[in-house]
Amino acid sequence: MGLIEWATSPWGKLVPIHIAWFLIWVALIAGFLFFIVHAAYLRYFAKPREFAGSISPAAAASIPDRVPRHSLAARLFHWIMAASMLVLLFTAFLPRVGVQFNWITYHWIAGTVLTASIVFHIIHASFFMDFWAIWPDRIDLRDAWRRTLRVAGKPESPPERFAKYPLENKLYHGAIIAAGLSAIVTGVFMMSRVRTVFFPRNPYLFSDMTWGMMYVLHGLAGVGLIALIMVHIYFGLRPEKRPITKSMIFGWMSRDFYLKEHDPKRWVVETSSSPTSSASDSKGLEGRGLTDAG
Amino acid sequence: MAVIRDVMAAFELFQPTSVADAQKLLEQHGPDAWVLAGGLDSFDWLKDRIKKPKAVVDLSGVAELRGVRPSGNSGSDGIEIGAMTTLTDVVNHPIIKQKYDLLAQAAELVASPQIRNQGTIGGNVSQDTRCWYYRSGWPCYRAGGNICYADTPEGRNREHAILQADRCVAVNPSDSAPALIALDAKFVIRTRKGERVVDAEDYFVGPDIDITRLHILQPGDLLTAIRIPSTWAGAQFYFEKIRDRNVWDFPLMNVASAMVTSGDRIDRIRICVNGAAARPLRLRAVEDAVRGKPRDAATGEMAGKQAVQGAIPLQFNAYKIPLMRNLVKRAIIGQGAGVEEATWAS
Repeated sequence: MGLIEWATSPWGKLVPIHIAWFLIWVALIAGFLFFIVHAAYLRYFAKPREFAGSISPAAAASIPDRVPRHSLAARLFHWIMAASMLVLLFTAFLPRVGVQFNWITYHWIAGTVLTASIVFHIIHASFFMDFWAIWPDRIDLRDAWRRTLRVAGKPESPPERFAKYPLENKLYHGAIIAAGLSAIVTGVFMMSRVRTVFFPRNPYLFSDMTWGMMYVLHGLAGVGLIALIMVHIYFGLRPEKRPITKSMIFGWMSRDFYLKEHDPKRWVVETSSSPTSSASDSKGLEGRGLTDAG
Repeated sequence: MAVIRDVMAAFELFQPTSVADAQKLLEQHGPDAWVLAGGLDSFDWLKDRIKKPKAVVDLSGVAELRGVRPSGNSGSDGIEIGAMTTLTDVVNHPIIKQKYDLLAQAAELVASPQIRNQGTIGGNVSQDTRCWYYRSGWPCYRAGGNICYADTPEGRNREHAILQADRCVAVNPSDSAPALIALDAKFVIRTRKGERVVDAEDYFVGPDIDITRLHILQPGDLLTAIRIPSTWAGAQFYFEKIRDRNVWDFPLMNVASAMVTSGDRIDRIRICVNGAAARPLRLRAVEDAVRGKPRDAATGEMAGKQAVQGAIPLQFNAYKIPLMRNLVKRAIIGQGAGVEEATWAS
């Protein structure tokens, strides 16, 4: 049982045509297994979360009741991307499991919406937000090592509180970038194989082998996204993550949650009266991490 | 690709004698089973070794699938034709000739007498497309691949679709299908969940819904009968088939219409064209447009224009647009009624 379906082209060459569709089930099962394992770990094995140091009363006092986390633009992007991604996944894979409908039109329209929203996000994140807030830094890596050792029962100092995004969030963002961009880039080329309003149809754009690899990459990215999005929704629904989920709806998180999980030095919240730290930032309000980069 | 002809790959042959047994076998073997009716489409696939089913369920021994019988009380509700009834029997059946001659006309234009003696009505409506790229075994969309070889700048697509193409541009080759749609026939299907009756036009699907099939039958399903209601019995019928040869050929396009007039006005009409898309197209917009109109050249002209709206020709099949216009016109006003016909120059 191969991961890729192959066929013989009219010119006698063996070419890949798409992924083996059982990978859809593999992704679904992997997603569910992750839920079970993670939920069981948290329920029965995980120790209470512990962070190094404490926040000074002065710094804590300066934090507002509602800590702004995601700007309206960032939230709109997130939900538009989420809606288009779900439409893409359902239209791509439901026909493969026997639900027949006119999927391809919805698929390329949703793909177009996703592509436009991603282009917006790249520009927005690059020029109007704290671009590096979503990328792992040295402290994240050091703390990840500390957390791993502590889970293994080794004596180690507790990690510091998170910056704006925990490392898991940043790694997830990286995985979504890899899978999402693979699906988008291949998908844009694949639109030249069907009739859309964007390009004149040109099935000869690439060789059969290149097209085949493109379909395979698109499929792999697609099934990868099934698992990734299942995991994302799972975390979004977990009780301890609910303040983060709510912040993606309302734009802010509570002061208590902020002080419990986040380090005011690493995620600087500017209040109208005084900043909580002396960290300078020339990018203005959003550059100080008040909005979303993820 | 080398094609080995005449020597089929080995399969397990089942010859049930009842519908229940046939359906049980089909359910048992699922996607590995192949339904053999008259065999005229099937043996091409099997001998070319393009399709290699593990099990073939030959329906020729199922007597209850043969014959034409009255439907409902004393036939007042129309007739029921067993799916394994041969096309010759359909053509020659007195009730069909008398009341549903549209179907007799269509069936009589299928292929050759020998083929009609063997071919069945169920097989004729369920046969696969004739696209040679697909039938040559190339990995096109319809075969589960990712390309349509016919819809390429150099593809040979003279016989292919001008309407409702969605990646695949193959067309449905059935002659009896448009006639059955025009007669408002119902298809009786045995499924795992029981009997299902669908309108004839809903029996067929385009590539937008299912790119690997021309009809709705899923593995395990069996078309058992076709019911023709009396709604259009004795109406004015028109069937015309255009093909490259006058005998023994598939349609480039065909048209079927059933019409009831009052004076010179069109009271009721159903019209269907095949060979223009992957499924026989019932022209509802045309029916709505001509209903209540006089049955004259102007109405025919308007109907023809309306029928081809949205048509997108491929490299070599632009002729199908005027062809369809003319067929629709003639289906409404009859052949030789003095209408100026649309022309096409390559």
